[in-house]
Amino acid sequence: MKKIVALVLAALMLVTVFAACGETKSDEKVIKIGVFEPASGANGAGGKQETLGIKYANDVCPTVEINGETYKVELVPVDNQSADDKAPTAAAELVGKKVSVVLGSYGSGVSIAASDTFAQAGIPAIGVTCTNPKVTEGNTHYFRICFLDPFQGTVLANYAYNELGYRTAYTLAETGNEYDQGLVHYFTEAFTKLGGKVENASFVKDTSDFNTLLTNAVNSKADVIFAPTSTQYAQLIIEQAAAKGVKATLMAGDTWDSNVILAAAKGKDVDVQVTTFYQEGGNAEFDAGFKAWIEGDSQNLTDNGGDSNIAAVSAMGYDAYFVALEAIKKANSTKPADIMTALWDVEYTGVTGEIKFDDVNGDADRVSAYIKKVNTETGLWDFVKEQGVN
Amino acid sequence: MKSKTIFKAIDIVLLLAAFGVAIAVDLVMPVGLPATVLKKGAVFAVVAVSMNLLNGFTGLFSLGQAGFMLLGAYTYAIFSIPLEARASVYYMQDHVAGFLNVVELPVVVAMIAAGAVAAIFAFLIGLPVLRLKSDYLAIATLGFAEIVGAFAKWEMLGPITNAPNPLVNYPKFSKVTTYFVAAGICIAIIALLVRSTYGRAFKAIRDDEIAAEAMGINLAKHKMISFVTSSFFAGVGGAMLAMFQSKAQANSFNTALTYEILLIVVIGGIGSLSGSVIASFLYIACSEWWLRFLDTPDVIPGLTRNGFRLVVFSAVIMVIVLFFRRGLMGDKEFSTERLVKGSKQFVKDIQDRKARKAKEVN
Amino acid sequence: MNITIDHILAGISVGGQYALIAIGYTMVYGILRLINFAHGDVFMASGLIIVYLTTAMPLQYAIPIVLLLTVMLGFLIERAAYKPLRAAPRMSVMISAIGVSYLIQNLALYITGGLPQTYPAIPWISDSITIFGAVTKRVTIITPILTAILIVLLVALIRYTKIGMAMRAVSKDFETSQLMGIKINRVISTTFVIGSLLAAVGSLLYFTSYQSVVPTSGSMPGLKAFVAAVFGGIGSIPGAVIGAFIIGICENLIKSSTDFSIFSDAFTFALLIVVLCVRPTGLFGEKSIDKV
Repeated sequence: MKKIVALVLAALMLVTVFAACGETKSDEKVIKIGVFEPASGANGAGGKQETLGIKYANDVCPTVEINGETYKVELVPVDNQSADDKAPTAAAELVGKKVSVVLGSYGSGVSIAASDTFAQAGIPAIGVTCTNPKVTEGNTHYFRICFLDPFQGTVLANYAYNELGYRTAYTLAETGNEYDQGLVHYFTEAFTKLGGKVENASFVKDTSDFNTLLTNAVNSKADVIFAPTSTQYAQLIIEQAAAKGVKATLMAGDTWDSNVILAAAKGKDVDVQVTTFYQEGGNAEFDAGFKAWIEGDSQNLTDNGGDSNIAAVSAMGYDAYFVALEAIKKANSTKPADIMTALWDVEYTGVTGEIKFDDVNGDADRVSAYIKKVNTETGLWDFVKEQGVN
Repeated sequence: MKSKTIFKAIDIVLLLAAFGVAIAVDLVMPVGLPATVLKKGAVFAVVAVSMNLLNGFTGLFSLGQAGFMLLGAYTYAIFSIPLEARASVYYMQDHVAGFLNVVELPVVVAMIAAGAVAAIFAFLIGLPVLRLKSDYLAIATLGFAEIVGAFAKWEMLGPITNAPNPLVNYPKFSKVTTYFVAAGICIAIIALLVRSTYGRAFKAIRDDEIAAEAMGINLAKHKMISFVTSSFFAGVGGAMLAMFQSKAQANSFNTALTYEILLIVVIGGIGSLSGSVIASFLYIACSEWWLRFLDTPDVIPGLTRNGFRLVVFSAVIMVIVLFFRRGLMGDKEFSTERLVKGSKQFVKDIQDRKARKAKEVN
Repeated sequence: MNITIDHILAGISVGGQYALIAIGYTMVYGILRLINFAHGDVFMASGLIIVYLTTAMPLQYAIPIVLLLTVMLGFLIERAAYKPLRAAPRMSVMISAIGVSYLIQNLALYITGGLPQTYPAIPWISDSITIFGAVTKRVTIITPILTAILIVLLVALIRYTKIGMAMRAVSKDFETSQLMGIKINRVISTTFVIGSLLAAVGSLLYFTSYQSVVPTSGSMPGLKAFVAAVFGGIGSIPGAVIGAFIIGICENLIKSSTDFSIFSDAFTFALLIVVLCVRPTGLFGEKSIDKV
């Protein structure tokens, strides 16, 4: 019996290995773009929304002209599982599939972990919403189209202090999560510089009870609770803050721009405000098209969190795709090296604004971020203002 | 006798061939999945073998591997980041610990330091916990790993550990061959230890503690040697994992990592070093290369989608745990002789069965 | 540090939930000498099941069904993954438990597609109330009360029924009770059924206060509940309950401090190591004699 099971297993393995090898070939010219995003793990939800934007862009514009020939753009998605030790192999998978350029990832950690693999393969990567400075620092192959943590933290501090007139802040961040800690660091720096008072607090991974911390926040008489956590914690924080009757404004960075937040805050007495890359309504054509595309496919709808609200990361994914196409056109080549050179000079105006890379690290020069707040009655975002560093 | 020498020679050739593969991959395809998988396989081989030394050879069921790897990874990273790069790595800290401005160790020394720090901690924690019985030891070491993780992320230690922020920019092995050589040295040392008198004492403890003690084996001393050695190599393995993933950060050294390594040890065979090595490469290759297509939605419509690979994988592991408890190698080591004899026996078994069936029919 | 009534309330509530999980650990360990690593994942699975059930039916049907399904899951795990290994070394069974835990988590990942699932709000118990000036959910108060009732029932079951007597006998001496004609498999299955049922109730209370379920939601509460069981003295039900409350409260007090909040999980394990080294039998555990 055992031997039969063993044989069957071995046979299955062999069959599947061969199945994997049998790829169809056609005469069509194809250029491959790697989509290096998490589809599982802590950042799975965000990664999926970012991927949706990229997929939609591919749907809108599935071909690119190179040297007068039409190339079909093929997306090669790979799941980096939001895990550092899985990121290099996921990246190598893309290298193996011979992609010309890579988009992603949501979450800076996996981008840093995979960076070397892309560098060795000479493949350029375009960070879509990874905001940690370390991603592009000191290398020539990693670009990024979004703003950085220092920028975002400062913008939020300015907005809270100058526009809302808040003087005390309480920050809430996950320990060991460089995104949370980074934003909090810059927020605190800017807010205290302006003259405000900040109390910092952290919680550990997998925390699901924020009652204690929220009590501390209330006790510190904070006007604003700055909690740039991942969405998994965000909905708990909102829910528990509402249950507690916390009056302070809940403020966060781009991760909170997600339908999860809208669903959690809907119908509750909370004030939630976030900075983000894109505000629905910014580009009517994109909005309508994207919504129709999402609603047209049940899998897309599920991946988007069950409704067709547009997350900023989707808009960013959309723009990233076109930046990549722009670079391919400019390079007039499918070779990664040519595209890498071309990327430095790409200028593109997308739905999230103008994108142009600086000469030092390859970061997009962003001058302002959108601020929006949850309308707790409709369960949608209300645009507040565009806020710069000053 | 003559065939034995031939088999031995084949074994050595196979071993050399493994390194040959590494060199070939480096030459032909320096980046790409084969290279990455081989690198990770080598790293996991070191850690799996070190865990096997404890669980398989000494019978100490420890789940603290991730904690010791974390210690190794951090030690390696902290001491090997080039001095001029320190400021940019620790940019989130107000100040860095004084010694960080002066000390920078070369790669090999830093790796040994990584092992040494893990070993020192193992000694300290081993004093109380090694007295515990099997499952209590498991949960205590698991807890130790959690505690180490918490310290690594602690803001107060930020000037040394960079608190929650990743340590980056340290030197890394770039070639598969380098990973193989490093892993080979570690595994060879463990193999030598297992074959020495100490190794025999370990096995005696595993098989029957009381009998071993009666035979005059100092239980506490031998358990400690095994624990400290295992942790030393877990630390070195941690340093290598840090190199592989280009960043050292506490969150990636979690319980899930320990479980993964444990499952590799089980697949390879508890008590077989070569089994652990083979299983490491197989496991990494299957989970991150060969079976990845199971996550593609179109392979079997309605069934394969993101996550399916891991389900298949864990189901296979359960089958191994339940029905093939000896794993690939049981507690035997790989040798061509055994392979040839085993397959001969297998063929013979089948022939016998056929013959019997034929008889029954007649 | 500013300790408020809030921290204590949260601690008691969490403690109650840990207690319900810890009983499953302590009973299984008492009988099989097995750390059922999959128990925390059963707890998580129970949370996921109700998320999917409530999309199809109203809550009043979903709750009894989820209790039933969780019990079946617990029963199945024992039959499929532990029973075949009855004669195997303890290490093998523990590895099997880790394997099951891995399998359940990956299944959950596959089914949910990696997205956190929002737990349905259960009316009445998730309403906000004010006690001693602290705003909290009603579930915070209900948890310790419900825990106490369930435990009294359980202790009565173990003390006064036939199956309870059988359980006590098996945990005292596995082989002898088998020789005395106790149907060992029935006793073990009953243990898993009770453990899973309590975990399901615990999961209802736990996720009501915490809203979202992810595949790894069960591992930390599971480990902590196990520590609680060890702390109280493995095999002892009152011990597990008291241990759970102590851990729940301590953990929340640590979280209230800014500098040390990172150690709230680590503390639990440090406590474990200390207890194991100083008093391995826990607070209320009986001294076990290892026979050669």
